[in-house]
Amino acid sequence: MKRRDFIKSTAVFVSGAAVSTSALVMLDPQEVLAENPELRWGFLVDTLKCVGCGMCVKACKLENDIPYDANVTRTWVERYVMTRDGEVFKDCPKGARDGYTSKLIDENASGMKLVSDKDITQAFFVPKLCNHCELPACVQVCPVGATYGTKDGVVLIDRTWCIGCGYCIMACPYGVRFFHPVVHTADKCTLCYHRISNGGNTACAQACPFGARKLANLRDHKDPVTKIIMTQRVGVLRPEYGTKPQCYYIGLNEEVR
Amino acid sequence: MVHGEVWTIKDLFVLPNEYIYWAIQIVLYPYMTGLVAGAFVLSSLYHVFAVEKLKEIARFALVFSFALLPVAMMPLLLHLQQPLRGINVMMTPHFTSAISAFGIVFMTYGCIVASEIWFVYRKFIVQSIHRLGNKQRKGVEGLLLMIYKVISLGAMDLSPEALEADHKATKVLAGIGIPVACFLHGYAGFIFGSVKANALWMTPLMPVIFIMSAIVSGIALCIVCYALFMWLRRWALARGKNYFLPDQLAGTMNLSVEEMHEMHDYETTLTAKYLRIFMILAITLELLDIIFRGYTAVKSWDIVREVIYERDFVKIFVFQYGIGNALPFVMLLLPGLTTRRACLASVLVLFGVFMMRWNVVIGGQSFSLTFDGFMDYVMPIIPHNLETFKEGLGGALLVAATPFVIFYFLNMIFPAFYNDDEAH
Repeated sequence: MKRRDFIKSTAVFVSGAAVSTSALVMLDPQEVLAENPELRWGFLVDTLKCVGCGMCVKACKLENDIPYDANVTRTWVERYVMTRDGEVFKDCPKGARDGYTSKLIDENASGMKLVSDKDITQAFFVPKLCNHCELPACVQVCPVGATYGTKDGVVLIDRTWCIGCGYCIMACPYGVRFFHPVVHTADKCTLCYHRISNGGNTACAQACPFGARKLANLRDHKDPVTKIIMTQRVGVLRPEYGTKPQCYYIGLNEEVR
Repeated sequence: MVHGEVWTIKDLFVLPNEYIYWAIQIVLYPYMTGLVAGAFVLSSLYHVFAVEKLKEIARFALVFSFALLPVAMMPLLLHLQQPLRGINVMMTPHFTSAISAFGIVFMTYGCIVASEIWFVYRKFIVQSIHRLGNKQRKGVEGLLLMIYKVISLGAMDLSPEALEADHKATKVLAGIGIPVACFLHGYAGFIFGSVKANALWMTPLMPVIFIMSAIVSGIALCIVCYALFMWLRRWALARGKNYFLPDQLAGTMNLSVEEMHEMHDYETTLTAKYLRIFMILAITLELLDIIFRGYTAVKSWDIVREVIYERDFVKIFVFQYGIGNALPFVMLLLPGLTTRRACLASVLVLFGVFMMRWNVVIGGQSFSLTFDGFMDYVMPIIPHNLETFKEGLGGALLVAATPFVIFYFLNMIFPAFYNDDEAH
């Protein structure tokens, strides 16, 4: 065999082998089952529409088996009251489960505070829930990998594997995590994954009588909620932490953190 | 009740899910890890840097560090909500997490300390096998012989070359041990320092601050315990209470009460010098951290300042810096240092380092993520269920007492005060 032939046949063999082996891709079962490039869940909160009725908090607690009277919640509504002299009062008694029916502001150990109506310059409500971040700090710090992000953009917790160290609770800049008082593992909003994966809406969005909470598929540009996120001026909470939250807010104020 | 609700008092605006989730056990975790690392560093001063004068306390520090080692893990297990799943960290370590490698680092360190002890005590082990094998055994001596036989691993060679090899191995292990000990504790600092959501914790200085205060606390504890045990031994020797004197039982102790007294003073006052050096480093770094925060005054400074200068003022400036740092420092600096004064100063230093851990762990959680509210930790004193025991005074005392129990038994096997001029 001539040298030229040897090189030629080697080249043919190598390229032929390369083509055929490139067809062999290792498939991750997780990818096959959950990869859905058409789907990336997001959430929109319109603070201008929220009246602080607390229906969302109630619905969430009932839907997701969070003990009703336990002082933890997967979602909550904060109240902000600003006065003429620049003071800002905030409260969130029981996560606003029972709605804001009193003008008294609950300052915990500092007691109840009444702000006179004529001093108030503005007041509003801000619903909060897990931001299902693109780069979640909680997932990063879980020592056993019990909390994870799904391909469609939801951050979940494996209750059978969580050791309950609380590191994720410490790492979350939004304070959405807590220890579930019954199962004793870390817990937080799942974006009602059991519902949305089956074509439903989240319990909180469904319970909101004013449409202040909306679920969005951020990859679907025809989705009406995604359209709002794309076309209107929306903000996210605490972008300085670099977690890239996927819960967008309309009417976000500087005082809201 | 939700975990944390019992001992948390909220003030002003705090998010509904915020509580003091990391309580006394997590204060003790870096404290105990620090003691382990510090004690080991002290023992290495003799082995690696050949500070001959520290020979006696070095051996004690090594054994004591080994007794402290399992206790470093204890608070972590006690604070877990699912303690039985603790092993999951080893099964599916998630390496982006600072905690996940703890088991690996911890085991590595444990192996280093264990093998160093083995090399240091190998001669003693072999001699003990001969001694116990040749005589009429009574009581626990049979058990001891069996233990020695097992841990000798069949290495019965006591030729000068073999002993020289032991010596070398000890030196190498102590050398590797220092960075690993610092890593073990710096790592504990990283667990806190890397939490970006916490304004007080997040600083790259955290691991270094932790290492320095660890060495300080480790040395201080060794001084206190060395002095205490020597006193106990003197007391036992005078009364012939041999169960406190395993080396007496082993026939390797041939000191009189007076000689012991002399050695005692000499070692403690000398070690106190090293304590001062590390104290300066630790305090400098801690102050640098506070000054830097105040000077740069980023958004979180308002609330951090209020915590440092108002809410936790007594805990930080009176307990930690005043009673825990400045006072003992002056006590150690004054001429004519006696053992008693060195001990008292060391006790204060230990208290100061404990307060530092407290102020970092509890202080870091004492303000809301919103920077608009505060939380106070009220440690449960009288437990009314398992949780309030674990995360209260009872659990803390349990963790604090365990190393001494372990040391008592460990000392039976490896006499920490074993006196042998040829040993290393």
